[in-house]
Amino acid sequence: MLSVQIQKRFHAADSPAFALEVNEEFLPGITVLFGPSGAGKSTLLDCIAGLLAPDAGRIELDGELFFDAGRKVSLPASKRKIAYVFQSLALFPHMTAEENVRYGLSEAGSPERNERIDRILHAFHIEGLRKRKPRELSGGEKQRVALARSLVTQPRALLLDEPLTGLDGGLRQAILQDLHEWNAANRIPILYVTHNREEVDAIGERVVALVDGHVRESGAPRSVLDAPRAAALAQAAGFENLLRGRVEEHRESDGVMHVELDGSKCGLEVPLGSAEPGEAVQVAIRAGDILLATEAPRALSARNILPGTVESVEMRGALVVVEVNAGVRFMVHVTAGAARSLGLAAGKRVWLVLKTYSCHVVTQR
Amino acid sequence: MSLDPILLSLRLAATVSVILLLIALPVAYWLAFTKWRGKFLLESVVALPLVLPPTVLGFYALIAMGPRGPLGKVWQSLFGHSLAFTFEGLVLASLLYSFPFAVQPLVASFESLDRRLLDASSVLGASRWRTFARVIVPLSWPGLVTAVVLSLAHTLGEFGVVLMVGGNLPGVTRTASIDIYDRVQALDYAGAHEMALLLLVIAFVVLSIVYGVNRRVWSPWTAR
Repeated sequence: MLSVQIQKRFHAADSPAFALEVNEEFLPGITVLFGPSGAGKSTLLDCIAGLLAPDAGRIELDGELFFDAGRKVSLPASKRKIAYVFQSLALFPHMTAEENVRYGLSEAGSPERNERIDRILHAFHIEGLRKRKPRELSGGEKQRVALARSLVTQPRALLLDEPLTGLDGGLRQAILQDLHEWNAANRIPILYVTHNREEVDAIGERVVALVDGHVRESGAPRSVLDAPRAAALAQAAGFENLLRGRVEEHRESDGVMHVELDGSKCGLEVPLGSAEPGEAVQVAIRAGDILLATEAPRALSARNILPGTVESVEMRGALVVVEVNAGVRFMVHVTAGAARSLGLAAGKRVWLVLKTYSCHVVTQR
Repeated sequence: MSLDPILLSLRLAATVSVILLLIALPVAYWLAFTKWRGKFLLESVVALPLVLPPTVLGFYALIAMGPRGPLGKVWQSLFGHSLAFTFEGLVLASLLYSFPFAVQPLVASFESLDRRLLDASSVLGASRWRTFARVIVPLSWPGLVTAVVLSLAHTLGEFGVVLMVGGNLPGVTRTASIDIYDRVQALDYAGAHEMALLLLVIAFVVLSIVYGVNRRVWSPWTAR
């Protein structure tokens, strides 16, 4: 178990002070560190790896003390046996793939070490690339070599900083599959940083959401990312609609409350939350959770039906992004087929249909 | 034309370059990676020879090396002869004089390295020494070549410091540039011309190497 209780402050002349404050325990298995950029994810990993010294607190792995500000203990990065795959991968450009993988093992090429290298190259499907320099490798191949280089050292914890950025979905899935298999066999704490929602869904056993240097939420991916309680997190988690408003009244018997949206006369019924009547809140809604109708719908369970006008229709691959003005602007995602059969075009009159439980109340800060 | 002066110059330049590289590597490493706020002080000291007239440097070197100077006294007691007006004295003075030419290309080279490569090396368990030997030095080789070649060329062409510290003893301290000066004084223009042309050609070849390397024309892994 990796236990982290640290504080780290940055003072920069040209930007507001930033403070990282984390108290978390990371169990064996994959924990996804999720959050908007600038939330302090990489800083946290650097502190755990020993590349950056926290101002206060302690870091411990399986009972071994890595860092303790009070007792002035700080084990150097080279002694922590933590593997760290950087976003830039940082493969040594003057070494071949095999030399890169061999780097973390001590000099002598004993048969046991050679076998370990063979095994890891096989596990990550890069046996054929042994003699290639990093500049002769594709993006996905580089990522595999970087993973193999880190894992061949038999680390006690693994830190991954957006290691699969820029890969297409299929390749990403394949590498994640290899990582899952490795994890099943080795069970060490793995921290996986990403701000890509799809990766969270594909990997996560547990998600820790970091916002402005603080852990805002943690738990199963679904519970953290499907109902975010912080605006910055909602944005990062891909809620296309983030609408400002004010709580008008609680209807406790129905378990709902009414939110009046700023700058319009329309209101939304949302699940009852901790916000008091009169309090300013934001409502987060996924563009894919909104239904569109071209006639006034009747006899529906959905409680929010807002009339509006289509402002624009934009094709994005198989997805169609529709912008609707209903007093405030909503982004709605529909399929190309739905857009065609409804005849969606700018100026068309439509009704937005929103389930109460698709509306997530987010505190202002 | 006697080749003695040019051979002496080459011997001096080679000796100085080798010693300089050994001293400059750790100094440049420290300058490139220290977080000490006062490092600008050392940077200024290293750069001093770039600004000072060689005669100033030579003058102080001569005083230090003289029989009553601190360096001279120590040398006298160790080796039984004075340091001034000897080849060793020339080497010492030239080390000072060419120091920035060895240090600055190395610092520039070290500073331009991707820090994440060094981080990767530490995380993989490498000591600082191993990181230096296996990552920093191999990736800084254009800087290393530049440092060696510039200290060679600069030592080869020095005049003021040599004249102050070494004087003009044939075979001991009469280097190529002193020889040229001598011949011009004696109105031996033809002799001066030969030696001057030789130095010019050497300087051109050396600078071509430096610029070629820094364009990465021959770099084995960053080419294309």
